[in-house]
Amino acid sequence: MAKMTLEDLRKLREKKQNELNKRDINGKDCQVIIGMGTCGIAAGAKVVLDTFLKVLDEHKITNVAVTQTGCMGLCYVEPTVEVLVPGMPDTIYGKVDADTVRKIVVQHIIDKKLVADHVYDRPSADIIKNGGR
Amino acid sequence: MHVFLCDFLLDIVQNSLEADSGTVSILIEEDRRMIRFTVADDGKGMSEETQAKAQDPFYTDGIKHAKRKVGLGIPFLKQTVDETGGEFSLTSAEGKGTTVRFGFDMMHVDTPPFGDLPSTLVAVFSYPASCEIVAKRSLSTSLGSGKWEVRRSLLLDALGDLRSSGSLVLLEQYLRSQEDDLDAIRISHDPEIR
Repeated sequence: MAKMTLEDLRKLREKKQNELNKRDINGKDCQVIIGMGTCGIAAGAKVVLDTFLKVLDEHKITNVAVTQTGCMGLCYVEPTVEVLVPGMPDTIYGKVDADTVRKIVVQHIIDKKLVADHVYDRPSADIIKNGGR
Repeated sequence: MHVFLCDFLLDIVQNSLEADSGTVSILIEEDRRMIRFTVADDGKGMSEETQAKAQDPFYTDGIKHAKRKVGLGIPFLKQTVDETGGEFSLTSAEGKGTTVRFGFDMMHVDTPPFGDLPSTLVAVFSYPASCEIVAKRSLSTSLGSGKWEVRRSLLLDALGDLRSSGSLVLLEQYLRSQEDDLDAIRISHDPEIR
């Protein structure tokens, strides 16, 4: 790729905004918080961040807030991700790899169903059983 | 233990981002043999006693995690530096800030691979902190050099935010284009390196 200038970056952003804003409803008010403490980094949290950006982009979703936090106290199931989606219980997923990220985007963020086998904290057992509904 | 040198960078930078810093400066300097990182902040700094303790894996200040007994960021880095004949220094003054320097000999068989700098810097620039972050990257080859520099405030101005997935995808593209430019220089100057 040719070396971009900040002006190129600004123009690209404006172009993308015009293209996408109208149909960008899936990610509205959604937030993904990735545990990026030493434990998270060692377990591959950066791959998780990269994959979230890639998969959201593949689904043309641009408005999910992707942020980071330190260790969530779940070092034994890193990488961990907290997912906040309106209408869904706040959920902490553990042992998240690239495949799990894909499931979280498609199932949790788009289809509004929990990825039950990676839930490590937050929703109680009966909520998980009902797929988050 | 971290897999890539960039993982160490991300880990160490976070200390600066959480130290009430006004500006965090990151330098990544590469020549044919060494990659040297400098992470400097003007945050709260550490006393000499705390500096020594920070290098002990069984020490943490207990502020972030009340019952935690370990702090592994700096010890992980020091261990890898020691194992690979690298360089490490930590200088700090309370109320003035901290500078951590570390370098790796890329010819040493046990040195971890460099990793993906553009995506690492996406994580750095999107970290929820309000300070200025300046990242400077340089490459020297036997025939010349190349460099690039990015500042958080200018990226915020160009992208509007550093939080939404759409902005972060564009940020990654932007940073990758800077790094691709250095890769082209590296390959044309030193074909045998690749």
